[in-house]
Amino acid sequence: MTAVDTAPAETATGGGARLARRAFAVRELGIALALVLLVVTTTVVNPRFLSAQNLKDLLLGSTILAILAVGQAVVVITRNVDLSIGSILGLSAFATGAVFVAVPGLPIPLMLVIGTALGAVLGAVNGGLIAAARVPALVVTLGTLYMFRGVDYMWATGRQINAADMPAAFLGMGTATVLGVPVLALFAAAVLVAVGYVLRNHRSGRELYAIGSDPAAARLSGIPSGRRVFYAFVTSGALAGLAGVLHAARFGTLDANAGLGTELNVVAAVVVGGVAIFGGSGSVYGAALGAVLLTTIRAALPVLGINPFWQDAAVGALILAAIGLDRALSARVARSLRERKAHV
Amino acid sequence: MSEPAARIRRALGTWDVVVLLALVAVAVVGALTVDGVASPRFWRFVVLEAIPIALIALPMTLIVITGEIDLSVASVLGLTCSVMGQLWVSGVTSLPLLIALALLLGAVLGAVNGLFVTGFGLPSLAVTIGTLALYRGLAYVVLGDRAVANYPTTWTTTAIQPLPGTTIPWMILVVAALAVVFAVVLHAMPVGRGLYAMGNNAEAARFAGVDVRLTKFWLFVASGAMSALAGVFWTLRFASARADNGSGLELAVVAAVLLGGVSIFGGRGALLGVLAAVALLGVLRNALQLAYVPANTLTVITGSLLIASVVGPNVAGMLRERLRRRRTTTVSPSS
Amino acid sequence: MPTPLLALDGVSKSFGAVAALRDVRLELHAGEAHALVGENGAGKSTLVKILAGVHAPDAGTVTLDGRPLLLSGPADARAAGIAVIYQEPTLFADLSVAENIFMGRQPLRSLRRVDYAAMRERAAELFARLGVRLDPDRPARGLSIADQQLVEIAKAISLDARVLVMDEPTAALSGIEVERLFAVARSLRDAGTAVLFISHRFDEVFALCQTVTVMRDGRWVSTDPAGTLTVDEVVRRMVGREVSAMYPKQDTAPGEPRLQVRGLTRHGVFDDVTFTVHAGEIVALAGLVGAGRSEVSRAIFGVDRHDAGEVLLDGSRLPNGDTAAAIRAGLALVPEDRRQQGLVMELSVERNTNLPRRWRLSRGGLLFGGDERRAATTWAQRLQVKAGRLTDPVSTLSGGNQQKVVLAKWLATAPKVLIVDEPTRGIDVGTKAEVHRLLSQLAADGVAVLMVSSELPEVLGMADRVLVMHEGRLTADIPRARADEQSVMLAATGQAAAA
Repeated sequence: MTAVDTAPAETATGGGARLARRAFAVRELGIALALVLLVVTTTVVNPRFLSAQNLKDLLLGSTILAILAVGQAVVVITRNVDLSIGSILGLSAFATGAVFVAVPGLPIPLMLVIGTALGAVLGAVNGGLIAAARVPALVVTLGTLYMFRGVDYMWATGRQINAADMPAAFLGMGTATVLGVPVLALFAAAVLVAVGYVLRNHRSGRELYAIGSDPAAARLSGIPSGRRVFYAFVTSGALAGLAGVLHAARFGTLDANAGLGTELNVVAAVVVGGVAIFGGSGSVYGAALGAVLLTTIRAALPVLGINPFWQDAAVGALILAAIGLDRALSARVARSLRERKAHV
Repeated sequence: MSEPAARIRRALGTWDVVVLLALVAVAVVGALTVDGVASPRFWRFVVLEAIPIALIALPMTLIVITGEIDLSVASVLGLTCSVMGQLWVSGVTSLPLLIALALLLGAVLGAVNGLFVTGFGLPSLAVTIGTLALYRGLAYVVLGDRAVANYPTTWTTTAIQPLPGTTIPWMILVVAALAVVFAVVLHAMPVGRGLYAMGNNAEAARFAGVDVRLTKFWLFVASGAMSALAGVFWTLRFASARADNGSGLELAVVAAVLLGGVSIFGGRGALLGVLAAVALLGVLRNALQLAYVPANTLTVITGSLLIASVVGPNVAGMLRERLRRRRTTTVSPSS
Repeated sequence: MPTPLLALDGVSKSFGAVAALRDVRLELHAGEAHALVGENGAGKSTLVKILAGVHAPDAGTVTLDGRPLLLSGPADARAAGIAVIYQEPTLFADLSVAENIFMGRQPLRSLRRVDYAAMRERAAELFARLGVRLDPDRPARGLSIADQQLVEIAKAISLDARVLVMDEPTAALSGIEVERLFAVARSLRDAGTAVLFISHRFDEVFALCQTVTVMRDGRWVSTDPAGTLTVDEVVRRMVGREVSAMYPKQDTAPGEPRLQVRGLTRHGVFDDVTFTVHAGEIVALAGLVGAGRSEVSRAIFGVDRHDAGEVLLDGSRLPNGDTAAAIRAGLALVPEDRRQQGLVMELSVERNTNLPRRWRLSRGGLLFGGDERRAATTWAQRLQVKAGRLTDPVSTLSGGNQQKVVLAKWLATAPKVLIVDEPTRGIDVGTKAEVHRLLSQLAADGVAVLMVSSELPEVLGMADRVLVMHEGRLTADIPRARADEQSVMLAATGQAAAA
């Protein structure tokens, strides 16, 4: 842009901005659309796919992944990553069983609080190391992935906790429904709405986006980056802890392997959901949609008569398609900004 | 201080040497306190276990130095095992041909990663998480939950044949030769200078005539081929091709590379430290097992070491800075 | 003398062994614009960062309204009413323009929710006050540098700051944009804000400021009313000695055509650019910021691909988008942005110097430490680079010495054609003269030099011919004899083409 004719150039950038906004809206819509398409296709092949029971199973199956994805999205938006969530889930799930073995009459809400708090403490370990010692999150959470899982193994020492060791009411929560909606899915919905609300409407939430968009600029703007990132990891840990309790309620049988390898699935859900892996953009709604989409694919493949061994491959292809699509969209927006600017 | 003395002090201060010394210390303490660590059998197992990790860690070191990462390596290994198994079942009985096809497959899989990262400009972390799932999935598509185990025993025994007069598998020579190749490329060739430059600042490297995209593309190809080679070794060592071979190995490799002093942000690190870290983790794991320490403890130790390797230098630096500032603050009023 | 609004007294700050500030004093008064001048490395930016709360001083005091002020972070500085506009805009590319302005201070409505409507409205008001049309809702990604700077200014105004610090805000702005910025700065000053203005452009300093403080080598040198100073006097204090002739271009007879650019086009960036540079000639490429000059030089060098046209060096065509081939053919580019493009800051002086020549330095494909050290030492000495050790990271050097390393790195390739993009931006006056002497010497030795520069005196003093670009097109080719400020500026603003 030059000094001589700023006005037309600015009108042009306004047009580019509209296009950019539309692209952002399209992103979450795109996942929803893909989801609808998948469900419709599968239902055409087999109408039972849309039965109440199957829908319930789908929601139930998505719940834990969605909760983890919401937490992960909060972290990824700040340009970090939390690889330890699978281990936190495992530890929290085993702790749930162990606590019930020790205190059989413990009220269920208290158990939820204990699990979430345990997760928050573990998340604080991550966040503390990352924020205070200023070391990369990928390395720290890869380290705590091993550490937390190791602690889990040492605690479990090969034991298994069975459904019989836990209160029936607790296990009932794993399958109960309210108006046909699984109780566990309600937990996920509550988490999603709460976190989404904070990210959109609170200064601290907006600051997470700022940190992920440009960490250096965030520091210069006086944003308490260290504290915000710390709390992002605490949130991610707390949600993984909550997911651990729900995992225990849903599956009933617990050993030290709960949630093993989940971290990559969760990152996949977040990426498919349109959260930029280098931070600054995306939403928890997209991440949750991504989790539902991944779960639905796994459920739909057998119905569509596709060898279930294709599951992982389909998920992988979806991740590549999602990030490829994001890139293509942003490249188009950038090109249109450039060309409009040139041809005034 | 005289120049040689200064140079020695600087060398001792490098992370590579710290890891190397830790390796020696663990080996010596282990040999003195744990029954069996001094035995040749022990070292045979350590080496057998370390070979696939070392093979993959070589290209991974270079990739991380350029600021990228390849998380799909273990899935490439798994897919190679599956395809080799399927080929064997379908009647390809020539071992050299199988190996050649496996390496070719690995190179192609790596090229796909490279294409996504350099051709489309996508972040390698996301791309290789995608191909991690994709390649592992394809491994299951090829082989399902079957295991192909009926390889000729001559193949499987040859693969783990010890060097004459020792218990150490001869494959270590292959690893050593490849390590020398990678070390020379990284530390003594013009290409290596470019790798460090692009890892620190890709734009400045481009302005200096470094072809960032082409170089990274070939690194991903090399990573695929080396992972495939690790897959061949894995198949023959365990005499079993399964779709889940080596799953989760990518984290072990990345852990070794980072513990070896390579910066996750790129631009910093050396191959010596990485190889020392691979050996350190292998010796530690096996020695603890012999000492009847539950295998799980090792998971905790691996994690702690990894964190310590990044937190340690940072905290030390911050403390030094704080000390220095306190000193200048107390001195300045008088000056 | 009234109590200063903000005062620094005896402030010192060191980084490692390097003392950036030593016993510095500065007094800012309400309703006054105060200029801070000094060569690069004089400590101006460190001082700005102390005022911004980014760095804490090792010694000395900062007082506001006569009361000691403890700044433990940028948030404290902002709370104290100090707003800083940095040289490089610090915007969040993913967030909207409005959100960039109000980050951390967004207007709230019930339940402490961010009030997006109010935020948009207030951003629009600010832009109206600045007289620009920017959509508050568009993302900051893709804004031109000048527009980014405007968002920064809007941010500073929205703070109702009592102290406004501007660290070279005009470096990337065109004439009209500078005028607009100054109008805002003046109105703030007249409303009682204390303005601290840092610039290398003396005409701007004298146009805006009442007081001038000079710094040198991290120390305070003088503070005087602007009216009592001349440009020569300020320069003398900055350098600490008399400066010899700045533009020593020797006359040379141009030789054979070396660099031929024909119809070079990159859609939406520049269009149909054609020119020739001969051996022994210095050709300046002038124009306003954003006219496409740097983009043309990047495309010639192969860092960017071009869509049409061709580049010939000594008659043979260079492949499109292949920097390595361009270097092999004898082309060199000293880029505009030293820290991002010219150098790999974390690598040593030696590695940086040898980077473009790493293939030529190898024997049998291998590099030997002795060769590398000798090669780097030769060029470091020839250009008188002041560095502790050649194995020290280049980031530890001063700006001027860094620029010498960039020059060394390219001169070491023995180029036939040297493109220099803003070769003296942000370096001290002494080094500037050395760089000019060097370019002149190279031309005398038969190198063809293409010099992109925004400094008119430099263009007029150094160039045998002046090419002028306007909005991506070449609008004039003016020989040295006919080149003056007026002819260049007319072409740069697109008025010569019509004439």
